[in-house]
Amino acid sequence: MLVKGIKSRPVYSGVAFDPMAKRHIFVLEAEGATSLIEQVATPGSGEIAKADVLYVATAAAPKAYDQKLAALKPHDLWSAPTIPVLLNRLNVVLGAAHMGTRLYLSGTEGFIGQAMQVALNHGMDFNSIKTEHRGSEARRVQCVHCKGITDDVKTQPVTCSHCGLTLLVRDHYSRRLGAFQGVCIDAEEPGTAPAPEVLFP
Amino acid sequence: MNINFKKETFRDDYTFRNSPEAIRRFPFPFHEDKYMYSVNMEPHVPAGPAGHAYNNGIDVDEHFVSEMEDRAKVLKEDPLRYQALPHMMTAQWDTLELLMEQQAAGYPEHFSLTKDGDNWHWINKPMGIDQKFVFGDASTLPMEPLEFITRQAQGDHVIVDQRDGNLWCDAGMVTTQADWSLDFDIGMNFMEWHGPVPLAHNLGIFERALKFLLNLQQGKPVRRLNWTMTINPRLDTSPENYHKWGTDRATVTPENVGNKVHLRCELQSLWRLPRSNAILFVIRCYLIKMEELVTVPKWARRFHRVLRDLPPELVDYKGLTRYRPTTVEWLSKYDDGKPTSPGIFPE
Repeated sequence: MLVKGIKSRPVYSGVAFDPMAKRHIFVLEAEGATSLIEQVATPGSGEIAKADVLYVATAAAPKAYDQKLAALKPHDLWSAPTIPVLLNRLNVVLGAAHMGTRLYLSGTEGFIGQAMQVALNHGMDFNSIKTEHRGSEARRVQCVHCKGITDDVKTQPVTCSHCGLTLLVRDHYSRRLGAFQGVCIDAEEPGTAPAPEVLFP
Repeated sequence: MNINFKKETFRDDYTFRNSPEAIRRFPFPFHEDKYMYSVNMEPHVPAGPAGHAYNNGIDVDEHFVSEMEDRAKVLKEDPLRYQALPHMMTAQWDTLELLMEQQAAGYPEHFSLTKDGDNWHWINKPMGIDQKFVFGDASTLPMEPLEFITRQAQGDHVIVDQRDGNLWCDAGMVTTQADWSLDFDIGMNFMEWHGPVPLAHNLGIFERALKFLLNLQQGKPVRRLNWTMTINPRLDTSPENYHKWGTDRATVTPENVGNKVHLRCELQSLWRLPRSNAILFVIRCYLIKMEELVTVPKWARRFHRVLRDLPPELVDYKGLTRYRPTTVEWLSKYDDGKPTSPGIFPE
């Protein structure tokens, strides 16, 4: 049912420090924090001293990653209360950023997609942005029919939270929308949609 | 050549029909009795018998006026079918020039373009449009240049930008599509927007096609044919409206195959644009009912064989699963087993 290996599916190749960068901006959500924590051996020196970290805890709040991030002694650390607040700050930070700045995004796919949109709107080339998928496999899905976005989709199929159609979640991904495509699964024979299964835990 | 423009519909009561002349000029997409993906591109030069869809660079036919009325209805319901990213304005003007020049050159009875420096005068008689404007000054047109001209040109139009050794789908007018969404795909590169097509990636089709297109020369357009099938002569088979037209696929019976089932052919032509170095990708859709198709015995035999022997992945991807057996059975009455001549043209 889910066609795998579609070429528009993003590839996340990791957020290792780029030693050539003058400044690092890490944008991290929930388990995404671990991708930075794991690569810092010496707090407060080397690359981490050039890193500004924007963090949002979402579902990982009980794990207190913000304290672990603080212990890394980055150049700056800021914890956002919600994703939209983080994206707004990212937008302002990028607007003032200079040449030699490297952007790193880590967290769920939906989060990476939204942060990527902010960066693309600043004219950054997506190939220059480092990304790593950590945490839930839940997807951000655009209903191709009503265009509504449903976040945190874990099942296949899923009911559109806006128009109520039952959607097949495809592997086809739009960077511009930061979302996978959802297409009505029982359009040819309404009422024949299979029961949802958790496919993106 | 004076075209008798028909008044017909592609929705609701579906009055679309092909005249006998329109059947003979149909760009039948199979040059042999079987089908598989290939990089089937050839120079887009005038070809075929007199009156064929290959006679002119941009083809205008008897369905022009009604197709443009259908496009206007689609855009009224869903303006997102037309979109252009901001860096595509030069390519928009390139496209306007190309489509006006081609239509005026091919059909001087119906279209004319006169230029006095940058002061241009465009007349589209079938649609009653008479527009003076300054080339390069968007404020002198009632809408963006690409939207203006593609509301007056049959087929979908996508402009792909060339950079970083890739082609980017960065502008388009898409209202007669075989189930893909411009709104979703805009901004994607060549590999990404063809992502959902099965088999062809592993055959290396897109790598070769991309390499070929990156080297496309100005003044040397190329073409290829693509195809699918549509129930009822519906131009707007968009994913946006799939929940509205999808049920049509379950309505085919042995009695209504001839009238309901249509072969849908895309004549795709690709043109290098002079100022922007972008490529205009014209995806012109032609529809033909089974009962019209079988009036050409060669096509009846061949299409029966192609559809009968189609690889299962393609049956699924093209959405033919529900009605293919009924259609193959119906077509078999028109296949006497005799050999067919090579090439796509009628005998």
